[in-house]
Amino acid sequence: MTVRRVMGIETEYGISVPGDPSANPMILSGQVVNSYASMQGIRAAHASWDYADEAPLRDARGFEMNRALADASQLTDEEDPTLANVVLTNGARLYVDHAHPEYSSPEVTSPRAALTWDRAGEMVMAESVRRLSQVPPGVNLYKNNTDGKGASYGTHENYLMRRETPFTDIVRHLVPFFVARQVMCGSGRVGIGQDSRTAGFQLSQRSDFFEVEVGLETTLKRPIINTRDEPHAVADLYRRLHVIIGDANHCDVANLLKLGTTSLVLAMVEDRALDHDLTLARPVASLHAVSHDPTLKETVELRDGERLTAVQVLWRYHEMADRYLRERYAGEPDADTAEVMHWWAVVLDKLEREPTLAAREVDWVAKQQVLEGYIDRDGMDWSDPRLRAVDIQWSDVRPEKGIFHRLRAAGRFEELVDDETVLAAVHEPPPDTRAYFRGTCLRKYPDQIAAASWDSVIFDIPGQTSLQRVPMLEPLRGTRASVGPLLDRSPDAATLLRELASASG
Amino acid sequence: MPSQEHSRPQRRDDAPDEAPEPTPAAPEASARKEDLDSDIDSVLDEIDGVLESNAEEFVRGFVQKGGQ
Repeated sequence: MTVRRVMGIETEYGISVPGDPSANPMILSGQVVNSYASMQGIRAAHASWDYADEAPLRDARGFEMNRALADASQLTDEEDPTLANVVLTNGARLYVDHAHPEYSSPEVTSPRAALTWDRAGEMVMAESVRRLSQVPPGVNLYKNNTDGKGASYGTHENYLMRRETPFTDIVRHLVPFFVARQVMCGSGRVGIGQDSRTAGFQLSQRSDFFEVEVGLETTLKRPIINTRDEPHAVADLYRRLHVIIGDANHCDVANLLKLGTTSLVLAMVEDRALDHDLTLARPVASLHAVSHDPTLKETVELRDGERLTAVQVLWRYHEMADRYLRERYAGEPDADTAEVMHWWAVVLDKLEREPTLAAREVDWVAKQQVLEGYIDRDGMDWSDPRLRAVDIQWSDVRPEKGIFHRLRAAGRFEELVDDETVLAAVHEPPPDTRAYFRGTCLRKYPDQIAAASWDSVIFDIPGQTSLQRVPMLEPLRGTRASVGPLLDRSPDAATLLRELASASG
Repeated sequence: MPSQEHSRPQRRDDAPDEAPEPTPAAPEASARKEDLDSDIDSVLDEIDGVLESNAEEFVRGFVQKGGQ
């Protein structure tokens, strides 16, 4: 096993109307979704979401939370017709999640593809903003995770795993990894504490909002490891690990490393190849301490008393990965894995020597460099509102106004995927997962699809009284290789379904 | 994409190709700082051009509801 597995990224975007902080974010988010949908000719009333398979209260530890006890924010499976919710031709889901528009990428099989379809989501959101700007003041969207006033919203990663891997093993090895990972993948934040009461700069947007080690909640008492058990796939075979702790990333390298290193650690967990127990004495406290230390010099205490910096913790995982890959692949893993291992070592080495060396790869380093530049030039301190303004506007999705995008256009970041590839991913699905079937059906037969979800497409065939639900519980079926020719020769959904029936009959 | 060469960890004593040659700490640090300073100044000028004009109002107006 390598960095390759079925994976995806869901991003909740910050949303704001210039000059109107009390504007209703749920309605605005609906406008963002509908504006894009109508531009693409996807009627939101059609190609809506199939909620049949949502089970947000099922816990990976083996029970289901009593619905009556759940916080309203956990009931993500109730169909509300006023909530805009569409599936795009690239297989992504674009919808309103509580009070934020969310882009949930299609399923991909590599970190590079995850990065590509995540950036495609940024383009989708930017397009929506452009359209809505025709009616001033328009709506602004931000690829970030907090307003600095106590609210936080997520960028979630999803990793398909084998069901048979004990959840306790996942927790044991991932907790220390996530405490440390933010030194590579944190996006930087002005302000310490959930409501930024202490002036300063920290590595991660999200860390202050995490209060427990393991749990089912996603909107309060956030856990380092989320136990939601909703595979959207054959439940006996698969687990979908739902990771909520990460920041939204802009840098290609940081994003690649986030998905790639995590996937590799999961591979080692699945193969029982992690021979070091890096369990921390106080994981939640360490999570906060690491985030609050941009010098990267503070150590965290392991349960056995050893003290390591976060970078040293990550080197431990890297060494285990290196050994694991040598044993299995004689030091010659696939190109995706080699790419992740290369950047992992490059970034750790830079962070260890002098963090500013990583300004082209790591989001928090680049942001800190700009902020410290302002402090030096204008004699500010960390409580100056201009610094918080830079922090917020860093993630504005508009290429002409978003600070990250302006700096990227000036060539200040390492680019792994070019704009042309990302542009194609806005409309085209990944070829190697069921997203291919979903996205292609939506492109070819938009008027004959009643609803779609991660694991189904529901067709509405003219002349037929009942809807036809095609289950897609295998994420690696429905690829271009397996169904491409069949789709190519089916001019309408009726033909497609007939062909599918005879192929399986 | 890099070629599939060694994936062994590159540590301080085994610096990767793109690192500068090791020099005494103080001169290296101040030389880099000077480069960064002029470099950053032009970056700040560019950002000044797009930053919202009233920072306090902008920050105050950015209020979100909690999400997942």
